Amino acid sequence: MHAIEKLLAKKAGKTSVKAGEIINCEVDMAGINDLYLQTIRSFHEMGGVKVHDPSRVIMFLDHYAPASTIMQAQNQKQFREFCWDQGIDLLMDIDQGVCHQVLVDKGLSYPGEIVVITDSHTTTHGAFGAFGTGVGATDLAIILATGKLWFRVPEIVKINFEGKLPHGVYAKDMILHAIGALGADYAVYKAVEFSGSTLQHLSVSERMALCNMSTEMGAKTSYIQPDDITKAFLKEKMARPYEIYHTDADFVYADEISFDVTKLTPQLAAPSSVDNVYDISEFIGRHIDQAYLGSCTGGRAEDIGIAAHILKGKKVASRTRFVIVPASKGVLLESMEKGYVQTLVEAGATFVTPGCAACLGTHEGMLASGETCITTTNRNFPGRMGDTKAEIFLGSPAAVAAAALMGEIVDPTLYM
Amino acid sequence: MQKLLTGNTFAFGNNVDTDQIYPGRFVELTDVEDVAKYAMFGADPEFTCKVKKGDFIIAGTNFGCGSSREHAAITLKAVGIGVIIAESFARIFYRNAINLGLPVLVCPNISKRVTSGSTVQIDLLSGEIFDETGKIAQAEPMSEYIMHIIENGGIKSLIKKQMETKTLVS
Repeated sequence: MHAIEKLLAKKAGKTSVKAGEIINCEVDMAGINDLYLQTIRSFHEMGGVKVHDPSRVIMFLDHYAPASTIMQAQNQKQFREFCWDQGIDLLMDIDQGVCHQVLVDKGLSYPGEIVVITDSHTTTHGAFGAFGTGVGATDLAIILATGKLWFRVPEIVKINFEGKLPHGVYAKDMILHAIGALGADYAVYKAVEFSGSTLQHLSVSERMALCNMSTEMGAKTSYIQPDDITKAFLKEKMARPYEIYHTDADFVYADEISFDVTKLTPQLAAPSSVDNVYDISEFIGRHIDQAYLGSCTGGRAEDIGIAAHILKGKKVASRTRFVIVPASKGVLLESMEKGYVQTLVEAGATFVTPGCAACLGTHEGMLASGETCITTTNRNFPGRMGDTKAEIFLGSPAAVAAAALMGEIVDPTLYM
Repeated sequence: MQKLLTGNTFAFGNNVDTDQIYPGRFVELTDVEDVAKYAMFGADPEFTCKVKKGDFIIAGTNFGCGSSREHAAITLKAVGIGVIIAESFARIFYRNAINLGLPVLVCPNISKRVTSGSTVQIDLLSGEIFDETGKIAQAEPMSEYIMHIIENGGIKSLIKKQMETKTLVS
């Protein structure tokens, strides 16, 4: 069996499971975002009165942080009241940031456990060997009511990255390249395991970016076998023991693909789908109205550090805006401590509240018709960050920061 | 529920994402009547003026990719879409639709066989799809587990029954 299958079997109270089987699993951590008031409504419509286990429920006010319309404020108010009524102590209010980063900052994403959040990028937690998956409001309400949820055991595919990345090329370039080669529906319903020698050189932050973006190839969940890098990262954060599962040597993957990254160049996903991927050289010189660094994909302290390195002592181009959204309060504090915020604000960047901000097209950095944006976020669908006639390019933090500096798409490796 | 559905078709391409089905800036709306006003708004702002109760959506691969927002399924259910037939569905959208009792069927090559403005009939049990010329496609039949949820009008009533039974037992 695969490590993921062992994990699922344990949570379903079974000795073994196989792909295609439908099982009912205990959920270790269930998270709700402020977009999904329907979760609470569905919970009540199912006859729910008291949440099954409030200690396993976490509420994130991250997508509308802080509220920018009266309706958003009303929704958030109902979430807070629900937490207070139900005894849910893990209320992550508007000061905390994006759900996935907050879970990691607070040491709540455990290897070998099931994390379900009403956010499609919950695959991020595969970076720690957790089974993270996103669901809709009604599925989450079922967990609130029963503590469990049904899953179809996924087929598992393996993507290997081999070799050392060239200077100025990042995990975001690796995963964009893979999605471009494989397609946005390559892994629909499947679990994606990332493996290969490149991972030995990737920090936890970079591994999170890989797992986060597996959603954009349709994955139900993602997985990286926890190793010494994982354990060292978790050592300071974890309050209780965890179990690491291992894949049997005779396990047969549904598919296995390898990419050699030694000659990989910076990549861009061009409008308007995540699998529309090219070498950045195809777009050199394209004017950028807004550079946007943030989100659960590319808004970590390491990413902000790369931008500070590129912009130190320099200025953002005069006809370009540079919006930076730290993924969490922890990220903001670390970026302040390391001087990144000072450097970037002096360079002309605009910092906004930790959270999702314009990534999903609600507030703080929306695009006008005809504008072009380069961003570290995860989606470039039409209308994703504002007007449907705006163009969104997805790239690495270095590609975004270098474009902010020059006011146009450039090869970031020349600015590192 | 009715197993043989007939409807007019609205056809879309591959990778129709949740932002096209229901744009992010309307996600703050919570009442179904409000949510219903923006069905397919990102792909076709006139869609809600044209669609009628019982109509079908036909699509290519990866329909509903992107966000976990249940609004995408809620809005299509609310405007009365009878069934969505696509070559493949994004996972979360698929679950959301089933949970709401909105039938979703996977049918290879359907986008090449059915265009907008046709009238087709589908047998939800067998997955057979017909037009006036006869059978034109075969969708994958829904699993027993999923059919059970659809037949009960969505998963909420099932969970409600499950919880009430437990209450009686304890």
